[in-house]
Amino acid sequence: MAKRLTCDVVVVGAGMVGAACAWYAARASLDVRVVDRGPVAGGTTGAGEGNLLVSDKGPGPELELALLSARLWAELADGLGAAVEYEPKGGLVIASTPAALSALTRFAAGQRAAGVTADPVGPDELRSLEPYLIPGVAGGVRYPQDAQVMPALAAAHLLRASGARVHTGRTVTGVLRAPDGTVRGVRTDHGDLHAPAVVNAAGTWGGDLAALARVRLPVLPRRGFVLVTEPLPRRVRHKVYAADYVADVASDSAALRSSPVVEGTAAGPVLIGATRERVGFDRSLSLPAVRALARGAIGLFPFLAGVRALRTYAGFRPYLPDHLPAIGPDPRAPGLFHACGHEGAGIGLATGTGRLIAQALTGKAPDMDLTPFRPERFDTEGGESA
Amino acid sequence: MRPQQPAQARPDVRARQSGQARPDGTCTVTFDGRPLEARPGQTVAAALWAAGVTAWRTTRRAGRPRGVFCGIGVCFDCLVTVNGSPNQRACLVPVRPGDVIGVQEGTGRDDD
Amino acid sequence: MTERPRLAVVGAGPAGLAGALAAAARGVDVTLVDAAGRPGGQFHRQPSPALGAPPRQGHTWERLRTGLDRHRVTHLTEHHVWCVQRDSMSFLVHALLGPAQDEGVSLRADAVLLATGGHEYVLPFPGWTLPGVITAGGAQAMLKGERVLPGRHVVVAGTGPLLLPVATGLAAAGAEVAALVESADPGAVPRRFPDLLVRPDKLAEGAGYAVRLLRHRVRILTRHTVVAAHGTDRLEAVTVAPLSPGGRSLRILCDTLAVGHGMLPGTDLAETLGCTLTGTAVRVDAEQRTDVPGAWAAGETTGIGGAALALAEGHIAGRSAAARLYGRTPDPAGWAPAARARSRLRRFFAAVDAVCAPPPGRAGSVPDDTVVCRCEEVTAGEVRTAVSTLGATDARSAKLLTRAGMGWCQGRMCGPAVAALTGCPLTPGRRPFARPVPLGVLAALPDPDAPAP
Repeated sequence: MAKRLTCDVVVVGAGMVGAACAWYAARASLDVRVVDRGPVAGGTTGAGEGNLLVSDKGPGPELELALLSARLWAELADGLGAAVEYEPKGGLVIASTPAALSALTRFAAGQRAAGVTADPVGPDELRSLEPYLIPGVAGGVRYPQDAQVMPALAAAHLLRASGARVHTGRTVTGVLRAPDGTVRGVRTDHGDLHAPAVVNAAGTWGGDLAALARVRLPVLPRRGFVLVTEPLPRRVRHKVYAADYVADVASDSAALRSSPVVEGTAAGPVLIGATRERVGFDRSLSLPAVRALARGAIGLFPFLAGVRALRTYAGFRPYLPDHLPAIGPDPRAPGLFHACGHEGAGIGLATGTGRLIAQALTGKAPDMDLTPFRPERFDTEGGESA
Repeated sequence: MRPQQPAQARPDVRARQSGQARPDGTCTVTFDGRPLEARPGQTVAAALWAAGVTAWRTTRRAGRPRGVFCGIGVCFDCLVTVNGSPNQRACLVPVRPGDVIGVQEGTGRDDD
Repeated sequence: MTERPRLAVVGAGPAGLAGALAAAARGVDVTLVDAAGRPGGQFHRQPSPALGAPPRQGHTWERLRTGLDRHRVTHLTEHHVWCVQRDSMSFLVHALLGPAQDEGVSLRADAVLLATGGHEYVLPFPGWTLPGVITAGGAQAMLKGERVLPGRHVVVAGTGPLLLPVATGLAAAGAEVAALVESADPGAVPRRFPDLLVRPDKLAEGAGYAVRLLRHRVRILTRHTVVAAHGTDRLEAVTVAPLSPGGRSLRILCDTLAVGHGMLPGTDLAETLGCTLTGTAVRVDAEQRTDVPGAWAAGETTGIGGAALALAEGHIAGRSAAARLYGRTPDPAGWAPAARARSRLRRFFAAVDAVCAPPPGRAGSVPDDTVVCRCEEVTAGEVRTAVSTLGATDARSAKLLTRAGMGWCQGRMCGPAVAALTGCPLTPGRRPFARPVPLGVLAALPDPDAPAP
């Protein structure tokens, strides 16, 4: 006989993606519980910058998800905007040289065709948009759809607004399966939670949760350092970064590639980030990484040379081999849904992901095609699955 | 062991206005536009305390006055602008003749 | 010159000086790197040369100071170390120069001794951000180094062995010390903590201070605490309340409050280097070695215990480092007297810690509108809201959700209070930059793989 259900959905992970899944699922009238071994926003969410970017994505499923997410973030901001420090400040991508500018211009043309607002900006206008920008750059593109939130606040407020019960400090030790393989909830170190649906929003640790359900999801960590300066008046107005960032996100190189986004925050400090390194879960300080961030930031805003960095921190961005997240039901474990592997874009893509998961949970037609995000897409014929 | 390459060579930008030490070992600095007597080498905080000044910064949110708290460079409450350079710790920075010491408001960088 | 092994000692207080001398006397090329312009650290802080005053006297200090010259220790003053890194071969010590701290310098060494001391903490109470409220150690530092007081009418308050010498020093310098307010109950001490009797000399030292205070007619209130500081733009008075039931609160007029609730080890450099901490202190073995090969630690950074303990630990660390750098296993018999002093003093200060723990529950019960994080002006109520409605269940999430601890001091001041408000034990924050570093200095960092100069 079936156990009495605790709730309709268990979301594993109290980070940004888990919070968005909980919120949209609760709005779809589902009874949701969120469980996390740590505190709210204790993982990658707490170590992120809060970039809601469309500017760094080329045409394709990730951009489509980013555009959906940007619309949803703007909706959410109606109620929660100030609390989560939402700022629709727009992005500004800088090309230092004519060659970089022509590459950027081509890239932006492709984005426009995919629905992105991308306005070319000449050198003079750049200076009026960003008065402290280094003089002499070739040009840039402005992306009004780029925005920013404070990620930990966003996750915490969204969780609270969802009304979901949140169990922090509770570790999932197993995924409960019926004899026919159907997922029935999770086992935790503080008892079982019975539910017909489990959402894997465990971020960098999403592969471990998948393994508990005996399915394979090759999520790997990618380390990112962020530099935080002393509090400043608003000298950096947009999210500003150099054009080589675009090529970097999809890079397969394991070596350090720095692509600093420089931005002011509502609280005062300028954030500079992030590096992207594949070094496993090594949190130790990398001076070459922070040096690269500092150089990149000063290269855009020379006044920063005399500004002090108060701290730096590393987070682990979860990525899958094709750099697309896993979103949707797992046919290998009916009742299991994945919402992880967003790499450095999880804050921005959280809202769209949450909405798509809620649609999948309630059997509604999804706002976009989930095929590119299928969680089982890495299973090869050799049957590597765990 | 010798110092490895200095990270950055930077000219001394300190403004030296009126400034020489007098034979009795004192000198004049200005605080918030008015002259104060100080001893070169004593900390800015000590010079201000000796002149009866205990607050020289206002916080960036509530605009509250602050001065020395920890006295040893750890708490950053005594931040002060010296010769146009903001966010100097008054408890660490020594006075030089002619120093222009200013009340620091908020981030110390709002005025430029 | 032959290739002598190089030891970088970070911190020129008692532990660093003792370690530097012990190692240099045994043939090690020692560089002492310190933020101050003069050696001594906080304990042996010397008067500013601007005062033209004679240096402080004392047998131990004389021995340390002359030893620096005799053993040709390279002493780099005004070097503010912000990071120590280890690579395959050796260590890189990164420092900022001078009071301005806007230029960087990096030194190589084969081993490091971290003697970075500690800092005082103050648990918040209403009015503690008013000018005129200073730390007890800060009052002492300004008095020792600069011979200045922020006012004339002083209350010394809090708990711990620092309060007596601070109050005595202030009174001797001409301040009117209106009261010494100690939350602990010294009467119960020897009975409850026989370990304190392992150092009767220390107890006598405390009694001596108390006698001098009485001679200055300083009122001593034990089992009392300051519950509020009053004033608009400057301290004007404090309210002192008894901790035992039945007593009455009193208001004391004063323009200065010197307050401290204890010390915390400075562990930033060690933590970033990868050294394991136990509680809030760097873990060391009997030779004062951390668990990072080539890194020793001594003094307050390995646990709060005062200058005499720091000297013993520094001495042992210096001798151990010298032997190990020359490829020998040191013989602990050589430092047996220091080891005996170390174990007695550690027991003594463990007992002092137990007696002088701040009154339990006070930090967690400050009023909602009291600022807890001085830098970011975060109130106790904001932290409580983050805990009760946003799920801040540890100090890190409380910080992320309120900004408490994100400002200039990076939580050094508010850490204990935020931990108390979130109901978590105090853990040392992770601070990869031990001091704020200009981005220009970071951008110009040397390549870590560059050959040693």
